[in-house]
Amino acid sequence: MPKKSMRTAINEAMRLEMRRDPTVILLGEDVAGGRGGTAELEDAVGGVLGVTKGLYREFGPERVIDTPITESAIMGAAAGAAVTGLRPIAELMFVDFMGVCFDQIFNQAAKFRYMFGGKAKTPLVVRAMSGAGLRAGAQHSQSLHSIFTHIPGLKVVVPSDPYDAKGLLIQAIRDDDPVIFLEHKAMYDLEGEVPDGAYTIPFGEANILREGDDVTIVALARMVHVSMEAAKKLQENGIKATVIDPRTTSPLDEQTILESVENTGRLVVVDEANPRCSFATDIAALVADKAFNHLRAPIQLVTAPHTPVPFAPNLEDAYIPNTTQVIAAVLKVMQHDRNRAA
Amino acid sequence: MSNISAIIMPRWGLTMEEGTVTGWLVSVGASIQSGDDIVDVESSKLSGTVEAPATGILRRQTVPEGQSVPTGTLLGVITDQSTTESEIDEFVQSFKVVVPEQTDDDAALAREIDVDGHKFSYLRMGDAPKKVLLIHGFGGDASSWGYVQQSLSLQYDTIALDLLGHGGSSKSVPDGSLAGQSGNVAAFISALELNNVHIVGHSMGAGIALALAFSRPDLVSSLTLLAPVSLGGEINADYLKSFIKAEKRRDLEAVLRQLFYDGSAVNRALVDDVIKYKRLDGVTEALQTILSSFAPEGDQRDIWRDRLGELKVPVTIVWGKNDQIVPSSHADGLESVANVILIENVGHMPQVERPDQVIAAAKETIERAK
Amino acid sequence: MQLDRDLLCEAYRRMATIRAFEERVGADSLAGLIPGFVHLYVGGEASAVGVCMNLKDGDWIGSNHRGHGHCIAKGCDVRGMMLEIYGKEGGLCGGKGGSMHIADLDKGMLGANGIVGGSPPLAVGAALSAKCLRNNGVAVAFLGDGASNQGTTAEALNMAVVLKVPVVFVIENNGYGEFTAASYHSAGVDLATRAAGFGLPSTKVDGKDFFAVYDAAQDAIEKARKYLQPSVLEVSVNRWHGHFTGDPQPYRSADELAAVRRQDPLLIFRKKVTEAGLLSKEQLDDIDKNASTFIDRNAKEAIAASVPDAQALLTDVYVSY
Repeated sequence: MPKKSMRTAINEAMRLEMRRDPTVILLGEDVAGGRGGTAELEDAVGGVLGVTKGLYREFGPERVIDTPITESAIMGAAAGAAVTGLRPIAELMFVDFMGVCFDQIFNQAAKFRYMFGGKAKTPLVVRAMSGAGLRAGAQHSQSLHSIFTHIPGLKVVVPSDPYDAKGLLIQAIRDDDPVIFLEHKAMYDLEGEVPDGAYTIPFGEANILREGDDVTIVALARMVHVSMEAAKKLQENGIKATVIDPRTTSPLDEQTILESVENTGRLVVVDEANPRCSFATDIAALVADKAFNHLRAPIQLVTAPHTPVPFAPNLEDAYIPNTTQVIAAVLKVMQHDRNRAA
Repeated sequence: MSNISAIIMPRWGLTMEEGTVTGWLVSVGASIQSGDDIVDVESSKLSGTVEAPATGILRRQTVPEGQSVPTGTLLGVITDQSTTESEIDEFVQSFKVVVPEQTDDDAALAREIDVDGHKFSYLRMGDAPKKVLLIHGFGGDASSWGYVQQSLSLQYDTIALDLLGHGGSSKSVPDGSLAGQSGNVAAFISALELNNVHIVGHSMGAGIALALAFSRPDLVSSLTLLAPVSLGGEINADYLKSFIKAEKRRDLEAVLRQLFYDGSAVNRALVDDVIKYKRLDGVTEALQTILSSFAPEGDQRDIWRDRLGELKVPVTIVWGKNDQIVPSSHADGLESVANVILIENVGHMPQVERPDQVIAAAKETIERAK
Repeated sequence: MQLDRDLLCEAYRRMATIRAFEERVGADSLAGLIPGFVHLYVGGEASAVGVCMNLKDGDWIGSNHRGHGHCIAKGCDVRGMMLEIYGKEGGLCGGKGGSMHIADLDKGMLGANGIVGGSPPLAVGAALSAKCLRNNGVAVAFLGDGASNQGTTAEALNMAVVLKVPVVFVIENNGYGEFTAASYHSAGVDLATRAAGFGLPSTKVDGKDFFAVYDAAQDAIEKARKYLQPSVLEVSVNRWHGHFTGDPQPYRSADELAAVRRQDPLLIFRKKVTEAGLLSKEQLDDIDKNASTFIDRNAKEAIAASVPDAQALLTDVYVSY
């Protein structure tokens, strides 16, 4: 199977769906880029990190639409187009920019179906870059999946590798509900095996990357890789971890997480987002609520601190959860029953 | 001697070629129960623990920690007290599951050819005058032959194709009947200029092989049929339908368990590989097309058991006695027209469950041909 | 006057229906028969109807919290609206939307909207659909003087021009954003003038005069439909009632309130068509009477109707989940 980067996988998903379905359009800031510039290039950048490169050339200005830097109008136009017959992919660029357009996402698009008594379909995909690590500072580095997950009516996808990204994005485009699709910007060059053709991955099915009986690690996006690295090192010390990537936080595959914790009795949740009212606390609450009797140790959460994302590289590195912290959390849950027995 | 059990490097998923022993959990000399964790192994994709296949004493660790070996390699030996060291030596010496030096990577082996507007993908291994065509079953693909192909490739030029609607081949299936699919295979054989081939076919692939042998006897030199269709009406239609319907890993795992005598052989990696295939655009429709022409009412449409006598080439039928998909009783009474091999404690996947026997049967059949 | 008698009757029927509907809903709201609060459109009838008489079923409108009039003018099912507002089963949105979220997508009604400034971007999207699908459709955003100050409105105006989509922004200036006068809350000369900054053509029109609105809207909608030319229509209307029912309007003088009621859009319409000999007083009285009977019947049915099944709480969040 050919190896492709996350960037290529995401581009391919959009390209295949735009070929298949003429109602799929892409709109956002600089999705082509260069319109009206003195160099007279109409496809100058293809998105700030090159993810939409080449789509304008294939599909033209009517379907690959460069917009002004007005996120409310982008999200609103996409929501309005979605209820009236198109399948827009709206690019928010950095997810942090939800701050200037959240009304159109969570008061409008997310609620149409319910407010209108089930009569509306809003097949909208909002793509946005998420995550820290690029020295981009506090307003371009956040992981905000928890906020979207909180809103009924939205589906939230947080892929961790190129194969998943392509299959989940095609699913998102074909899905009849509004989907928030969050791409970790530090993973665009990550490579993996990706089929050339179209395929879909259903929402609400976790991926189990590794199986072990000692501890369950639940992680998203880039934290999946941090967790896998930790699991590998732990294995050298005889500790076997299951690593679960929910892939979508809404809907959430509760069953896979609960079954694993019922087997291991120990849970570590690893999340790059801030810790309060978050994905990590949500998973912890789920397990405490529904698998309490199986727990052999208190749940450990490895998250960013309750601070904005700092700029200075040493501070940003300290902000992002790392392998050492995951290993320490696992060792803590492993030692708990030993201590208790003693 | 009979109490010697081999611990082998497992094959998790259809694409795993080799694994690394990351840790022995049991020392030589220790008593172990069947099912105990004994050795940790890791492939490029997965890691896991190999369980003891039998109760006894761990007598040998034939692969040390840190070493990478091909799947199927002997990792260790379990015996009872009475087995002597020399008996174990002999077992270790004679244990050859056979894997050729792998010089090419997957990509070099996987090829594609356009035949009448359909893309066929196939794996070709080995360099010898005799050509062996491996035809997988419903929902399978070329890689499902695993080390059966690798082993046969030591002696033969082996070609494992992906049928239309499967693997890397085009997903449109113009005619899903056995005869229709055999026409596509005939075109594939011609396009590769193989002239005549020995065929090893599994399940639906065996039915396609038979259809081809009837319609184009010039192309077929021998037939090794594993759990073949078309020798009786009965087939597990629920399996076929559920296979098509399963969208999530959890559902598919339950379905796939029916393929094996020991359902626990179905691990996450196997399920992941099959679900990745099933999620490709066009696959559901392709499988539905095949199912509706091949078993439209729940029973098999084509039954050719009375025609086996017409064949002028060696025919061997290999069947697991515990096949839950196509009953092995379909082989009853065929001894006069075929070499029938029934295997105990094997389900619908003899090529995975007992590759050694399948390899031996295929070689014997091929060599029997003129 | 380009309208034939049938169309004039239809226009008056819609205005009379809105009037009767709003007076009834207002009274029932004060009587505690309607949950929550409602924002009445009385005084704006000629605006909604004058615009929507130029639209087809396949055209779209986006609306706001004061949306009943827009719904009726666009042809939404009045019985379904009543049931919805009273929070009953069978409402246009199954009782899950309420007054501020009435939508009828089959009639091209994209929803009233509880967020001031919510609908202009949505209307741009509906116009984008019409353009991409090449179905010759047009979208209209109804918004108020309050919403004209929202960033979403400015963004939508700009984007409409940049994307060249068939949308008309109808700013119904009723002089008040909630309890604050437009003279205080809006900077600049007037709202229509703002459009010029975006290169958008704009027209100011007297919203009490159905015919003025109709003609201006016809021109704007035709330019959108034929030439993908977006534009702004500022319609001055009067808000007869408070921001919502039960608002005693201490911030408006008695003189103003009295003056407002002397400028009744329905009476102005009646005067024009009778003086021109197009419709008789009897014909118009008949329409009034029918509207009143019709609304009375539907209101009674809505009061008597059963509440939504408890199961409805959990349905319709997603198409699939």
